[in-house]
Amino acid sequence: MKPGSVAIVGAAETTELGVIPGLSQIQLHADAALNAMKDAGLSPKDIDGVATAGESPVAVAHYLGIKPTYVDGTSVGGCSFMLHVRHAAAAINEGLADTILVTHGESGRSRVGAGRFGGSPASLQGQFEAPYGASGPPSMFTIPVLRYMKEFGVTEEQLAMVAVVQREWAGLNPRASFRDPITVEDVLNSRMIAYPFHLLECCLVTDGGGALILTSADRAKDFPTKPVYIIGTGESAETPMISQMYDFTSSTAFRISGEKAFDEAGIKRSDVDHLMIYDAFAHLPLYGLEDLGFVKPGEAAQFIWDGNTRPGGKLPLNTNGGGLSFMHSGMYGMYALQESVKQMRGTAAAQVPNAKISVSHGVGGMFAAAGTIIMSNERP
Amino acid sequence: MESFNATGKGTLHSYVINHRAAPGFEADAPYAIAVVMLDEGVKMMTSMVNVEQTPEALQLDMPVEVTFDPVSEAISLPKFQPVSGGVK
Repeated sequence: MKPGSVAIVGAAETTELGVIPGLSQIQLHADAALNAMKDAGLSPKDIDGVATAGESPVAVAHYLGIKPTYVDGTSVGGCSFMLHVRHAAAAINEGLADTILVTHGESGRSRVGAGRFGGSPASLQGQFEAPYGASGPPSMFTIPVLRYMKEFGVTEEQLAMVAVVQREWAGLNPRASFRDPITVEDVLNSRMIAYPFHLLECCLVTDGGGALILTSADRAKDFPTKPVYIIGTGESAETPMISQMYDFTSSTAFRISGEKAFDEAGIKRSDVDHLMIYDAFAHLPLYGLEDLGFVKPGEAAQFIWDGNTRPGGKLPLNTNGGGLSFMHSGMYGMYALQESVKQMRGTAAAQVPNAKISVSHGVGGMFAAAGTIIMSNERP
Repeated sequence: MESFNATGKGTLHSYVINHRAAPGFEADAPYAIAVVMLDEGVKMMTSMVNVEQTPEALQLDMPVEVTFDPVSEAISLPKFQPVSGGVK
């Protein structure tokens, strides 16, 4: 993609976040989509491309009365929306559509009109992992971490600090689910979920959604909000089974996706003002900081411990409070993108002063896939 | 891709001790879900048996060996136990 050729001109979360028993999954998609259209001053007739995951893009298009020339149902887990943005940018440049809507909606907590989670017994995971009592992300996504901790000498206290720092950010965000400060001791004293992970090192489960609208940068200036340009994009896939991750101390998919995005953007890591790393569990920011190249392998835990990612630090990370404290409906990638857009517009609850470049990095499944979007409020 | 006969020897590569039992595993919780590195260089998910399901008993890189659990007439699951002598 040519850096800066496509922009985000509409962005919104669902009206409510948290526990929303009155809206089904498709209604959450629609609520977010209508909010994003309002943000952009558009109506469904102005949209000619639809992308979503966790729900059929056909269902979303029909529900909203959109008659698209472009449909993307890429579904590789919670980072799917990063891939949708990447594909949308390519599609707009290729003329497949002019104005593309990316939606997410998930009744993660209330489970109203929600799909089923998990694979079939015939899947590889079903055959080779489920028989050992591996069921759901808390007992699987976490499996590589003891190896990581032993290789790099990372302590349980350092892992806990990830959650502590993100709660500091959440305290600045009125829409965050959990805002009260916590300490390392609070984290280590919270209920054990899957050793070495405690409750406070695992994401929330909430209801919500979000939507983005993309168009060409040349059209972007005609919209009511400040355009947010896409300047770099990456994606990759690694493994359908956590046990088959190539290296338990590093995500190959993160590395490939990140490198692609940074190469495309033509920027250095030190140019990044704001960073979002999908944090379904406390170890993900560690892998993300290292595999995206912000620190060397094994240095991320100390980097966070030293305060570099907290409010006022040199690399503000997960400034909405993240999946650990803000919200996590199941496919969190959309919320990371929303926060990057807010930071680039200058409208975030915990705004990073003068931020010009934001990186939004997502994981799909359990180290199964990755997507990276680099945004800027300045056109390159 | 290639196929080979494994010796059933390896080391404990990583694990969690799951406190939220999967359906059908309630009586076992908390139980370890482990990944062993076979001597042939392949990782696989498994259960650790004949050993306490604690961080103290389950040391990374401890030598382990396969033992087959006949869960039904049709299915035997490869599980792993510490090699006698345990951690050197």
